[in-house]
Amino acid sequence: MVIDLDRCTGCEACVVACHSENNIGMSTPEEAARGRVNHWIRIDRYYEGQFPDIKVKYRPVLCQHCDEAPCEPVCPVNATYHNPEGLNVQVYNRCVGTFYCANNCPYTVRSFNWFDPKWPEPMQLQHNPDVSIRPGGVMEKCTFCIQRIKRVEDQADAAGRPVADGEVQPACVQSCPAEAMIFGDLNDPDSKVSRLAGDGRATKLMEELGTKPKVVYLEKAR
Amino acid sequence: MAEHPELLPYGIIREDLFRPLSRAGSKWWFTVVACFLLVVAGLAAWGVQLRDGLGVTGLNRPVFWGLYIVDFVFWIGISHAGTLISAILRLTDAAWRKPVTRAAEAITLFALMIGGLFPIIHLGRAWFFYWLIPYPNARLMWPNFRSPLVWDLTAIVTYVTGSAIYLYLPLIPDMAQLGAHNKPWRRKLYKALSLGWTGSDREWHALEMAMKLNAVIILAVAISVHTVVAWDFSMSIAPTWHSTIFGPYFVVGAIFSGIGALIIVMATLRRTLHLENYLIKRHFDNMSKLLLTMSLLWFYFTMSEHITIWYGNEPKEMGVFGQRTRGDYAFWFWLMVFVNFVVPVTLLGIKKLRSVKTAVIASFGVLIGMWLERYLIVIPTLVTPRLASATSVYTPSWVELMITVATFAAMIMLYLLFARLFPIIAVWEYKPHSPEEED
Repeated sequence: MVIDLDRCTGCEACVVACHSENNIGMSTPEEAARGRVNHWIRIDRYYEGQFPDIKVKYRPVLCQHCDEAPCEPVCPVNATYHNPEGLNVQVYNRCVGTFYCANNCPYTVRSFNWFDPKWPEPMQLQHNPDVSIRPGGVMEKCTFCIQRIKRVEDQADAAGRPVADGEVQPACVQSCPAEAMIFGDLNDPDSKVSRLAGDGRATKLMEELGTKPKVVYLEKAR
Repeated sequence: MAEHPELLPYGIIREDLFRPLSRAGSKWWFTVVACFLLVVAGLAAWGVQLRDGLGVTGLNRPVFWGLYIVDFVFWIGISHAGTLISAILRLTDAAWRKPVTRAAEAITLFALMIGGLFPIIHLGRAWFFYWLIPYPNARLMWPNFRSPLVWDLTAIVTYVTGSAIYLYLPLIPDMAQLGAHNKPWRRKLYKALSLGWTGSDREWHALEMAMKLNAVIILAVAISVHTVVAWDFSMSIAPTWHSTIFGPYFVVGAIFSGIGALIIVMATLRRTLHLENYLIKRHFDNMSKLLLTMSLLWFYFTMSEHITIWYGNEPKEMGVFGQRTRGDYAFWFWLMVFVNFVVPVTLLGIKKLRSVKTAVIASFGVLIGMWLERYLIVIPTLVTPRLASATSVYTPSWVELMITVATFAAMIMLYLLFARLFPIIAVWEYKPHSPEEED
């Protein structure tokens, strides 16, 4: 995935889209004040300059699907692991909730179901049937909308053709009005994401930790 | 009074040490019942947590580990009182160890039983805790052997098993003595526990051999257990947790707090069971010196840990360092240094001030200080994550506090029950070698 920070307006449409696509439980204002917000993607704000001459920069932060993910080796029950396609996946049914993965994630993108998930009426009617609902006590995080990836792959298989570049669109990518997010196959050198990842503006978040993140941020050098 | 309990006639020793088993005062009943009620309250709090979810704690994102993990490390630390100290004293044949070892070994077993519960209490889905155990199962899955938590489970289960055997072996000859006379239900219990001990030469040799072997093995296990507990932290990449020194640092801290707990228990037993002839001033003097040594070692490790962070000046680590030394946690940090270093060194380092009373005061300080140390390792790191946007605060909830209090009550209750069921000092160790001397 590539995220163009110079295009991001911080509108948080991706956050809302992610919530409804992935059946993420809704926190209450009181719980949120205690640090119990439940988002798979969040917008970090960075301020530059002195008031009133101030500039705000936004950075959407989601699971970086690291190739060397620190969360994976520490899980005692193999609830988080690398699938053959290179995604860092979370198997909810295996998770017992030791929290170790979340502590070892330098991006703090994992969220925990502190209680059984709840939705204010009538939000529960818009649940996505393709995504399971996680019970309380289980860790969860961004999946790159694996259900959408699978659906496109199945359709391509049925038609006997390869998956086209840009055919898979996670909910955040689809909803981004500024078209700041692009999703594709980094293994395909001709894909749009591969070309953008070679852009001079490309950076990765905390690459120095050796996590090999798969989210590329595009940012004008200052 | 007698300078050496060995010089007392064996009949009196037996009388003195078996007496607490047959008489329970009103104070004993009151304390046991009070502690029992607190334990029930703690279990009720856990029940609320199991019903509603971990949301009833003060945990949040990114403070995913809180009081439960602090308590876990603390109690596993306390467990190092017994086995380790008693094994060292047994192997070095320190003659003064006789009245200390069983009291110490019992602390180990109970502290482990309590400490071992915390990782389970802490789980999001506690009822699936057994998924960490490697056994052939319907899910066709092994646990992830690369996870320090699996190492932890292995280490603690080994340690609990070893400590239970280590406590039990020297109990056998006493059980045989007690099985001979007593109330019927007690006679049954002691007879069963004596495993048909007759006191033959062959049995004594076997017992001696088993105890020696066990002491060597348990020593290695004890050190590895707390190293593995430390690795739960240092295998991660969180700032200040990822430290090579954590293994030995935790072991030293564990022995330190363990000795503190042992001194308090010894003083209490001496007072309440009238063991002034057995736990003499020399025992407290020796234990005080041990506590003093550990205090100096602890200070050395704490200083090494912090001075390298400070000098290295790496921003993320300095964030945590700042939280500890002058931020939100500064009061607790400096209180920890005061009670873990200044108090023991003053009270026990100056010969004139060293007494049973000051040893107990210093020990209470050490227990508080070592609990704080674990708190200051777990929390400040988690509230300052690498991305500043995720910064948070942590305040423990009533559920966490109730469960913490309940575990202290559980320790006191288990110990009081133990002291009424089993002689707290190994009586047979005073038994003269020739039968004529017996009376």
